[in-house]
Amino acid sequence: MEKIVLPDIENLHLIDVYEKHSGFAAAKKAFSQSPDDIIDQVKKSGLRGRGGAAFSAGLKWSFMPKTTDKPKYLCVNGDESEPGSFKDRQIFESNPHQLIEGILICCYAIGAKTAYLYMRGEYHKWIKLMQKALDDAYAKGYIGEKMKETFGTDFYCDIYIHKGAGAYICGEESALMNSLEGKRGYPRVKPPFPAQNGLWGNPTTINNVETLANVPKIIEKGWEWFAAIGEPKHPGTILFGVSGHVNEPGIYELPSGTLLTDIIYNYAGGVPGNKNILCVIPGGSSMPPLRGDQLEGVKMDAESLKTVGSAIGTGGIIVMDENTDLVKVLARIAHFYHHESCGQCTPCREGTGWMEKVLQRILRGEGSISDIDLLISIANNIEGNTICALGEAAAWPVRYMVTRFRDYFEARVSKEINLPIANKVHSMRNTAVPLADITK
Amino acid sequence: MNFTFTEENIKRIEQEIKKYPEKKPAVMATLYIGQEQNGFISNEVITETAKILEITPEEVLGVVTFYTMFYQKQMGKYHIQVCTNVSCMLRGGYEIWDQVKDKLGIDHLGITEDHQFSLEEVECMGSCGTAPMIAVNEDYYENLNKEKVEEILTSLRNAK
Repeated sequence: MEKIVLPDIENLHLIDVYEKHSGFAAAKKAFSQSPDDIIDQVKKSGLRGRGGAAFSAGLKWSFMPKTTDKPKYLCVNGDESEPGSFKDRQIFESNPHQLIEGILICCYAIGAKTAYLYMRGEYHKWIKLMQKALDDAYAKGYIGEKMKETFGTDFYCDIYIHKGAGAYICGEESALMNSLEGKRGYPRVKPPFPAQNGLWGNPTTINNVETLANVPKIIEKGWEWFAAIGEPKHPGTILFGVSGHVNEPGIYELPSGTLLTDIIYNYAGGVPGNKNILCVIPGGSSMPPLRGDQLEGVKMDAESLKTVGSAIGTGGIIVMDENTDLVKVLARIAHFYHHESCGQCTPCREGTGWMEKVLQRILRGEGSISDIDLLISIANNIEGNTICALGEAAAWPVRYMVTRFRDYFEARVSKEINLPIANKVHSMRNTAVPLADITK
Repeated sequence: MNFTFTEENIKRIEQEIKKYPEKKPAVMATLYIGQEQNGFISNEVITETAKILEITPEEVLGVVTFYTMFYQKQMGKYHIQVCTNVSCMLRGGYEIWDQVKDKLGIDHLGITEDHQFSLEEVECMGSCGTAPMIAVNEDYYENLNKEKVEEILTSLRNAK
């Protein structure tokens, strides 16, 4: 199976090696065609965003206004902070020039003169590697004004790295733009969408690192070639990151639609001690988890996962064996989203904290049966009531974990409903009980 | 306590400003440089940053408090970050967290008395495939076990 994003070529991160492997030929080919042609090819290839939403990349590009006096921008999302996701860092490390080439082609297609590569602050090493790659590409005239000579076109663009500083929410596209503008990373209300009103109010496209790294090969080998790989509705290869209880965790680039069990047992070497699998999160911590007995026949692509009640997310597969304490896992996930909630929307700011507290209570062995429904109720009250998708990201794991493992959670709580004192008072307030009686 | 950016750092900040159509977006880069020079983000660093970028100190403070990688107090010479998020947790992240905590005698965001070490429980660092991990300042140490952590801490202690 041919790999698109992370081919097995030694030292491909060096520009000389990349050049030898038809490096920057795709950009040259792209610049000889019209931007609309490029968008059309990417659309037909079926390339879908690899950052979580799996939205058609070509369609996204086509939203950019054709006639405008405003400058256009491309933001490349390399904030990669979703627990279980560690794919972009492999691209920064092993194939940075293909990413650069993808950025150039995208900039040409959407008419952007400037691209910002937003990288998470903790990736100090990979920021340095990426900066080195950019410097090399600048020196060889593949980026910047020199492009005119190198490629013999009128088009040129610049690529800059913007270093984040440890906020998960900046991986959300509108928060990323606010962060880039030098503000707190608060997500924006949509609409207006970035294509109309993005960076500094200008038309902006935001793509994930892996999405753009696919583009050069689509241009080079043709959209028909790409569209034929893997599942027709979500074609291409996907970088699956397998972590948790497997013998060989790591990144595996495989065609979309590869069986989840195949990835876990054949590629990631199975579960240590041949234990049974209790639970798998298929796309990073915010995606609905699957039961261990639900895995047979599950294909890893956006549409197939939808039919089994989960989502592809970032392709970060977290495997948990039968001895895992799921309450502890869920409490940890809830803690993460509580920590990372930006605080703009009340349902998320407060709800994520409540969910964490309730889960901590269950973990301490003080939970009651009503806590399980309380968790679902909180999750339902967050979902759909927030500006950005962090609300869903926090609500989904809780709601689906509790629903799908209800027996497991029920076994961890007492059957009696022990309302804390504060709740008793609260419930009495709605009745006609005089205040004096409550305080007795 | 006075603080002014060194001439060399002013040049670095100017380079950062050039990336953007206005000055404000360079605030994160400027704060990183300020933190590097001063050791942490003091009020003076905030005022200087605001002055250079022609924004208000409040705007700068808003940025400082939003992001976890800006520190408003002097952290240890070696800032130890332990990931305890799911993928690390499943492979022993909490054992390592407890080990480091016990060894250094400090808790989350604590600093040892000699200011050699500080500790932070961090969220996913993107090392899920090489879990568990710790980061010391900017460097990742991955695929860890208790022995390796012991070795890292001992060598850092001896390196002071």
